[in-house]
Amino acid sequence: MIRPLETIEGNEAAAYVAYKTNEVIAIYPITPSSTMGEYADQWMAEGKKNIWGSVPVVKEMQSEGGAAGAIHGALQAGALATTFTASQGLLLMIPNMYKIAGELTSTVFHIAARALAAQALSIFGDHSDVMATRSTGWAMLFSNSGQEIMDLALVSRTATLKSRVPFLHIFDGFRSSAEVTKIEMLTDDDLKAMVQDDMVQAHRARALTPEHPVLRGAAQDPDVYFQGRESSNPYYLATPGIVQQAMDQFAGLTGRQYHLFDYVGAPDADRVIIMMGSGCEATEETVEFLLAQGEKVGLLKIRLYRPFSIEHFVAALPKTVKMVAAMDRTKEPGSAGEPLYQDVITALVEAGVTGVKVIGGRYGLASKEFNTAMVKGIYDEMKKAQPKNHFVVGINDDVTHNSIDYDPDFSTEAADVVRAVFYGLGADGTVGANKNSIKIIGEETPNYVQGYFVYDSKKSGSRTTSHLRFGPRPIKSTYLIRQANFVAVHQFGFFERFNVLETAIRGAVLLINSPFGPESTWDQLPTQVQQQIIDKQLKVYVIDGYTVAKAAGMGNRVNTVMQACFFAISGVLPRDEAIEQIKKAIKKTYGKRGEAVVKMNYAAVDASIENMHELHIPAFATSTTAMPDVVSSAAPDFVKNFTARIIAGEGNLLPVSAMPVDGTYPTGTAMWEKRNIALEVPVWDTDVCIQCGKCVLVCPHAVIRAKTYSPAQLTGAPATFKTADARWKELPGQKYTLQVAVEDCTGCALCVEACPAKNKSISGLKAINMVPQLPLREAERANWEFFLDLPEVSRVDGIKYNNVKNVQLLQPLFEFSGACSGCGETPYVKLVSQLFGDRAMVANATGCTSIYGGNLPTTPWTSNKSGRGPAWANSLFEDNAEFGLGMRLTLDKQTQYARELVERLREPIGVELADALLNANMSDEAGIEAQRARVAELKLKLGSHAPEMSGTVAAVATDLRSLADMLVRKSVWIMGGDGWAYDIGYGGLDHVLASGLNVNILVLDTEVYSNTGGQASKSTPLGAVAKFAAGGKPSGKKDLGAMAMSYGNVYVATIAMGSSDAHTVKTILEAEAYDGPSLIIAYSHCIAHGIDMAKGMNQQKLAVDSGYWPLYHYNPTLKEQGKNPFGLDSAAPKIQFKDYAYNETRYRMLAQSDPATAERLVAEAQKGITERWRRLDQQAKAL
Amino acid sequence: MDLSTTYMGLKLKHPIVPSASPLSRTLDGIRKMEDAGAPAVVMYSLFEEQIEWESRVLDHYLSYGSESFAEATSYYPDLAHYNIGPDEYLNLVQSAKSATSIPIIGSLNGVSTGGWVEYAHKIQQAGADALELNLYYIATDLLRTGAEIEQMYLDVLRDVKKTVTIPVAVKLSPFFSSTSNMAYRLAAQGADALVLFNRFYQPDFDLEKLDVVPHLMLSNSNELRLPLRWTAILHGRVPVDLAITTGVHRTEDVLKGLMAGAKVTMMASELLEHGLGRINQVLEGVKSWMTEREYESVSQMIGSLSQVNLAQPAMIERANYMKNLQSWSPDPTGILL
Repeated sequence: MIRPLETIEGNEAAAYVAYKTNEVIAIYPITPSSTMGEYADQWMAEGKKNIWGSVPVVKEMQSEGGAAGAIHGALQAGALATTFTASQGLLLMIPNMYKIAGELTSTVFHIAARALAAQALSIFGDHSDVMATRSTGWAMLFSNSGQEIMDLALVSRTATLKSRVPFLHIFDGFRSSAEVTKIEMLTDDDLKAMVQDDMVQAHRARALTPEHPVLRGAAQDPDVYFQGRESSNPYYLATPGIVQQAMDQFAGLTGRQYHLFDYVGAPDADRVIIMMGSGCEATEETVEFLLAQGEKVGLLKIRLYRPFSIEHFVAALPKTVKMVAAMDRTKEPGSAGEPLYQDVITALVEAGVTGVKVIGGRYGLASKEFNTAMVKGIYDEMKKAQPKNHFVVGINDDVTHNSIDYDPDFSTEAADVVRAVFYGLGADGTVGANKNSIKIIGEETPNYVQGYFVYDSKKSGSRTTSHLRFGPRPIKSTYLIRQANFVAVHQFGFFERFNVLETAIRGAVLLINSPFGPESTWDQLPTQVQQQIIDKQLKVYVIDGYTVAKAAGMGNRVNTVMQACFFAISGVLPRDEAIEQIKKAIKKTYGKRGEAVVKMNYAAVDASIENMHELHIPAFATSTTAMPDVVSSAAPDFVKNFTARIIAGEGNLLPVSAMPVDGTYPTGTAMWEKRNIALEVPVWDTDVCIQCGKCVLVCPHAVIRAKTYSPAQLTGAPATFKTADARWKELPGQKYTLQVAVEDCTGCALCVEACPAKNKSISGLKAINMVPQLPLREAERANWEFFLDLPEVSRVDGIKYNNVKNVQLLQPLFEFSGACSGCGETPYVKLVSQLFGDRAMVANATGCTSIYGGNLPTTPWTSNKSGRGPAWANSLFEDNAEFGLGMRLTLDKQTQYARELVERLREPIGVELADALLNANMSDEAGIEAQRARVAELKLKLGSHAPEMSGTVAAVATDLRSLADMLVRKSVWIMGGDGWAYDIGYGGLDHVLASGLNVNILVLDTEVYSNTGGQASKSTPLGAVAKFAAGGKPSGKKDLGAMAMSYGNVYVATIAMGSSDAHTVKTILEAEAYDGPSLIIAYSHCIAHGIDMAKGMNQQKLAVDSGYWPLYHYNPTLKEQGKNPFGLDSAAPKIQFKDYAYNETRYRMLAQSDPATAERLVAEAQKGITERWRRLDQQAKAL
Repeated sequence: MDLSTTYMGLKLKHPIVPSASPLSRTLDGIRKMEDAGAPAVVMYSLFEEQIEWESRVLDHYLSYGSESFAEATSYYPDLAHYNIGPDEYLNLVQSAKSATSIPIIGSLNGVSTGGWVEYAHKIQQAGADALELNLYYIATDLLRTGAEIEQMYLDVLRDVKKTVTIPVAVKLSPFFSSTSNMAYRLAAQGADALVLFNRFYQPDFDLEKLDVVPHLMLSNSNELRLPLRWTAILHGRVPVDLAITTGVHRTEDVLKGLMAGAKVTMMASELLEHGLGRINQVLEGVKSWMTEREYESVSQMIGSLSQVNLAQPAMIERANYMKNLQSWSPDPTGILL
């Protein structure tokens, strides 16, 4: 049978089989498994059918725990059901997994295995998550490559139905789940042959039904529980045989034979590595290489890890083996050894195998590179008389000295494999083009292909690296390209920031997107780069991709231009054929977006090759430009020695000793990472400016700052430093400066949109206008430094910080985050940091906020000159409200205890001070500052008096000294997105609201799971298209505010900065001042809405004007005053919902794909808005 | 009494035709026009610019932010199909044809000779009885001559005529140095009818926001006079049918239009403002007027006041201008004439 070959990612392969062989699919987003759910949801929306000719039902749940529960129920009711997950998601499924296994229920969960959050969260791949489920009673089957994912997804489907034991089908997150390879697609006939009707019917026959009622899930007492637990033993004993049988059947169908344990290598090997997952591929490649050199090495791939068949394991191991290395991609601190290591020892001992030495090693945690050099290092270690046990490979453990050495230059790359590395910007479309290229090569040539894509941790101005291989044999190189014969640099600025030619081999081809043209490009390259080009004898081509792309109407997206050049140079296809194939791919990818887009791309392709030029390389480097320092010399040592290394792409070289042992990092590090990503930045026009502060308020990256100061402070100001007379009646004679940090700006232009002041002569100009950054960079850097040295305004004297104009003067303690350019969340976060940052503790739910807030290398959270600032932590996604509540409980308890201690020490510390401390009014900044002074005095007294105090008193004094800061009021902020607040964390949030405790909950409501790519949450509005709601969300947004108001003692408010910034400031102040739980739901425009981000604030205004997002407050304090606690803060709707909604792609795309449904849903939404407004209006008017 | 007329070979039961407007955006709207007595419907315009804009906007936002971040390589599901381009329009033409028994005239708006001209063919395939080509171009390029722009119009017409066999009307703007010559050349290029004239969205200024805002004003009867004059000038001199489409609101406007030489008079603003019932009301007015003056047929009056049929043809030309001036003069005797 001829099966189609498709070039797809691992997740698609798994989802394909899962979708085809199931009826009910529960999904929930979590990286890197989200796309499996996305495929399933999209296929359902498109009406694709499973092998029984029916469209499976795909249902998003509120958490992975919910997904597991739903699948448990679906299975009990007799459906073929599945889900997909990873990492913390899998941990949340564990309770149900015990149940499902205990009830011997057939199902397969597909797992893109990922690291667990420990000292830090990581989204990347390892086996920590699946290893945590070993005791649940699930079978565990590992796939190591894209093809294996498709194949073993089916084998596990068959085996679970036959064995009744549920299966985890596991493959490595990112390395396998996101790697694009050429896969032979299984046909419906293959699937039907392996999932036979009698198996399905047997599964159904075990279902719960009132027709034949039974009871499951009983409670058992000591008399029988134990026996019950042992009763399923025969099923586990039979499972390995069933799996092998399924593998054999599969081999009969496809010719691809798998075994429970697949051995590759010398039949008489003396050294064998035992492992599972994608690392097997790199190891196999190494084994083949070493065999050719006569080494006696082998690899035992474990496919079925649970139930672990000792019999099959021993049989698969060559009898000649003297030493095995059991390689675990996980870490169990404190254990006798990692799981596989322990299993191998147990197996050998039980089987009576003697004379085999077992060592254990750890590798590849969180997608740490695991390449053939490291594999060679392991085999070399095994040659030693006393090899290290419990070693690590791939990192330098200079603390406990567990790492083994390897030769990083060792390579097994074959000469006939093309290895291409592309450096691009996220925004330029490089990755998308490369995905297309790899598909073209995979599907239009006989080559085998591999595409793997690396992104940095920033959401704006991010760098992407694409690794493409293609060659005549299946590619097993599951590691990054280190020896590239083609390097493309799509962003000229990278030459100054990273060693992009590190991977280029001698004679490699270098393609540069250069704005300088063939004549001047050479002169613009830094000396080191020129020298590398000469030394490595690189053949260099340049094209001004931006000019070509712009002329074709593609803006900064150079993807198609550079793709055409790649094909032209690489010669993988004859040039004309390549052009034809690129155009075919363009038509396929963009055709449905309209003819204009296709033509635009065609034009770019046609113009590309004629604009590409080969560069003449001189014999000597001629440039005098050196690569600049990564961070300023003024940066703290930690930033220079640690952070800067990561920024420079050298994080892999940091030794264990460089790492904080407990995940604790200094704040205030983003200020050192000057990213210079904005092409245009705002410039202040002193004459037009009215000093309203709106630009400062909306700036998502805190790059626009305002200060007032005395004229004397201007001494020594740089020549271009701008200043104006301050327009505050409270600040007579003062000067005012609005300063932009041009090197930190992302160029979003939100500030320009927010500016209300227009130039009277040129209406296109405002008080702040975008201009090119480069010509300003040097001067503005000096201006920024001068500005920073100006004193911060006093928070105590003079003006009140309760309005937008005045708040602009407060120092933000959240700055320069890696959030999306024009982010709608960060202005709120920054505002909170301005108002309360110096006494705030922040509990941050996992999501966008935690990534731009806490993903290394740098953090935007910072402190003021007195060293105070927000203390920030992220616990999990699901528990953030509880996490913050815990902080509050501690603060309250320790404050109470500190007060008790003050009472106990009244005499020694002085009655006057004690009373002042205990009776302090801290309702405003002045009160808080006064209390800080008292606490300082207290600490002094406690320090000086301690020696004179008696033993007991001295102990109390020491105790109080450690808690004295608790006497100053603290502000607890619980922050997160709607995925947390509306869905996974709602139970906790509800409990915290009900607690009555003084916490402030800020929900940054983007109405989707933004961080994982825009999946629907219960906040997603009716009629909006989102992932997991591909057909338009059929239900309305949950009214979280109404639910919270029902408690009566919760401060609740909605805000939308773009509609009323004054209301936003007032509400946040009120919420914080309320001595009880506060919930602020903040409209946060988002890249996932499909809007011009520069117009985000305008869109917020339209949301309010349409009545979709009414602004209101519910302040229980008013109730105590006998007033209506509820009030509407925005006017009655004045525009139609559709006039707001159809500015956004999320709504418009439904109108474009399914106009009838869109019309119905928009009408329904409008009706809902009108009804809700009437209800709120009545509530506001009630007495 | 015979109220019927023929327009580009289409036999119409009377000469009051709804012109391109939002009223024809839905099948329901088209049905209602038929029910209200419309003898034919000119569909709303398929805009070249609009199609391109929608296509580019969709592409921009589906791509924006994608492939930049490991956890979110995209932000939307990749839907299988979007109604970008003419599909929605063509489907509407098709369903309008099967749901009504009146002629459906498709309308295409654009100025380039690119692939979008194929839409003309698709509109024909969808069943349209004729096509109205709505040509306008705001010439802002300082280096582009009037002759070049005129040639561009002619090229578009040439290309469209190559792709269709149904009759093609050209809807023109009044802004040509020589409208007569342009009409002549369009006729020579194969136009079956000329529709006089297009009205544009003219921008306005918002003094509050100090910004430019789009502004659409509905027409009124005063605007009839410009097309009326040019219809009267062209009637009988260019071998095409003429249609008047601006300023037709009242019975008098229809009568004047017909007498100037229009085969049909087209209404949009009046119907948008006062409802579809106006078709019959105006028609009744036409009937009464004809009865009163014993006209037997509409065809009898078409062109009766056109320049070629006037006793004093110069009145349509400059003299008419002079007469207008004179009507404001303090001399009531008309000596100036």
